[in-house]
Amino acid sequence: MNQSDATLRIELQFSGGMELLFDNQKTIHAKVPASFPLDTSVEDRHAATIRDLISWTASNLLKERPELFIGTDGSVRSGILVLVNGADWELEGELEYELEDRDEIVFISTLHGG
Amino acid sequence: MPGATDIKPTKPLKNPCNLCQSVRAILKRPKTGQQLCKECFFHVFETEIHNTIVDNKLFNKGDRVAIGASGGKDSTVLAYVMKLLNDRYSYELDLVLLSIDEGITGYRDDSLETVKRNRDQYQIPLLIVSYKDLYGWSMDDIVKEIGRKNNCTFCGVFRRQALDRGAIMLNVDHIVTGHNADDIAETVLMNILRGDLPRLQRCTSIITNDTSEDSSGIETSKILRSKPFKYTYEKEIVMYAYFKKLDYFSTECIYSPNAYRGHARVFLKDLEAVRRTAIVDIIHSGEALSASVQANESTKLPTMANCTRCGYISSNELCKACLLLEGLNKGLPQLGIGHTTKIRRMHEASNLASGLSSPASLSSAVADGSAGEKVKVVTHIKDLGQLETMPTLDSMK
Repeated sequence: MNQSDATLRIELQFSGGMELLFDNQKTIHAKVPASFPLDTSVEDRHAATIRDLISWTASNLLKERPELFIGTDGSVRSGILVLVNGADWELEGELEYELEDRDEIVFISTLHGG
Repeated sequence: MPGATDIKPTKPLKNPCNLCQSVRAILKRPKTGQQLCKECFFHVFETEIHNTIVDNKLFNKGDRVAIGASGGKDSTVLAYVMKLLNDRYSYELDLVLLSIDEGITGYRDDSLETVKRNRDQYQIPLLIVSYKDLYGWSMDDIVKEIGRKNNCTFCGVFRRQALDRGAIMLNVDHIVTGHNADDIAETVLMNILRGDLPRLQRCTSIITNDTSEDSSGIETSKILRSKPFKYTYEKEIVMYAYFKKLDYFSTECIYSPNAYRGHARVFLKDLEAVRRTAIVDIIHSGEALSASVQANESTKLPTMANCTRCGYISSNELCKACLLLEGLNKGLPQLGIGHTTKIRRMHEASNLASGLSSPASLSSAVADGSAGEKVKVVTHIKDLGQLETMPTLDSMK
C-alpha cells in the first residue's frame, strides 16, 4: 500500500455557530490523510498537522464561505477556538500539532453576540 | 521507603496544571499565559469575578438584581456565575432574568428559547419585554422601513430603554449585563475611531450610577448598571461554558454584518494575535483617556425633565427613543441619526404644515445627533429673545 493512502480517523466537532458552515453538522467523523506533500517537493511528505487539517477541512467538508473558517496564514479565522482532545490547542503546538488516529478536534466560534 | 522499588516509573504528566501540578492542563489563559486544569480554571475564573464584584462594591446585601439575558454565551455564563457566587458567598441577592425581544425572526425567537431553558435550569424567574409592545415596532418592522444601515443604532437605543422599563416592572435596584473585556476594548477602539468623547469617557466604567447620562438623553433613574465581566476574557467565558456544558445560543444577529463594531472586533482579534495583552492594555488606555476627557470637558449638568411624549426621564424634550420613533412614524428614518440639516428641515416643514409647533429643543436635540455632544447648536433662530443671548464679538474678547 502506498504510504500516501494511509488515513487517520479524526472526529471533528463544531460549536458556537461553526456548525452552520458544515450543513449544521455538529460532529463529523472524517478520514484525513495521514501525510501531506511538502511544499517543496511532491515526492516527500510530512505527517499531517492541524495546519493540514484546516486546509483539508476547508476543501473537503466546508459547504460555504471559507473566509468564515480560514484566517491568515492558513490558520483558523481569529475568534475561533480550537481544542485538541479536550485541551486548548495553544498547549499542543497550535498549527504544528501532529494528528494521531482517533484524535478529537473541536472548533468553537466566539464570533456572535453574548 | 516501603515499596519504593515496586513503583513502576510513570510517564511524566504532560502539560501539568501550573497551580495544582497534579492534573493535565486544558487551557492556556490569555490573561496570564498560565496553563490550568479544568478545576483550577473554574476556581480562578469564578474567584476573579467574585473579587471584581467585591472590590468594586457592586452590590449591597438584599439588592434585587436583574440579569440582562439574551441566551447568548456571555449572559448565560453570567446567570450561572451570579447564581453560583450568590450562593457560595452569601451575597443575599434576589436574582431575576430580564430578556428583551427585539422581534428579529430567526435570531431572537430562537435565543429566547435558550433563556427559558436557563430559567428552568438555574431556577431564576424570567421577564421578557418586547419592542413591539413597548414601541409598536419590532426590529423586523424597522429594518423593512429603513434598510440595513443604522439599524443597530435604533436597536441599541431601544434596548437600553427596554431594559430600564423591564427593570422598573421588576422593581430591581440593579441591572447586570454580560459585557466582557473584549467588548469593552472594542468599544474603546470604536469611540476613539469615531471621536466620540462623551462615550469614551463613560465606556470603561464598571458601574454606571444614577447621576450619569448617556448620549441618548436618557437617565436611568436610580437603577444602577454594572458589568461583572469587565476584566473577563471572551475566550475564557466560552471555554468555561464549554467545559461546564452550559447551554447557550450562538448565531450572529442577522442584521448586524455591516455594523461598525464588526470591524473593530476583527482589528482587535488581529492585534491580539500579535500582542497577547492587547485587550487589557486597551482597557487600561481607555480608563486613562476617560480621566483625561473628564478633566478637559467643560460640561454643565443638563437639567432633568421628562420626555413630553412618553414621560421617561430625559434632558431633552423628547427622549432619544421617542425621537427615533418620531422619525419612523413620519417616514423620516434619518431623524435622530447624525446631523442631517435637510432631514430636520423636512421634519420642521411637515410639522408646520400639519399645524404642529415644533418644540424649540427638537432642532437642537437633533443637532446633538447620535454623538451626544453637550453643546447646543442654535441652528434656527425662533424668536428675537434668542438673538439677545447669542455671543457677540465683544463678549468673546
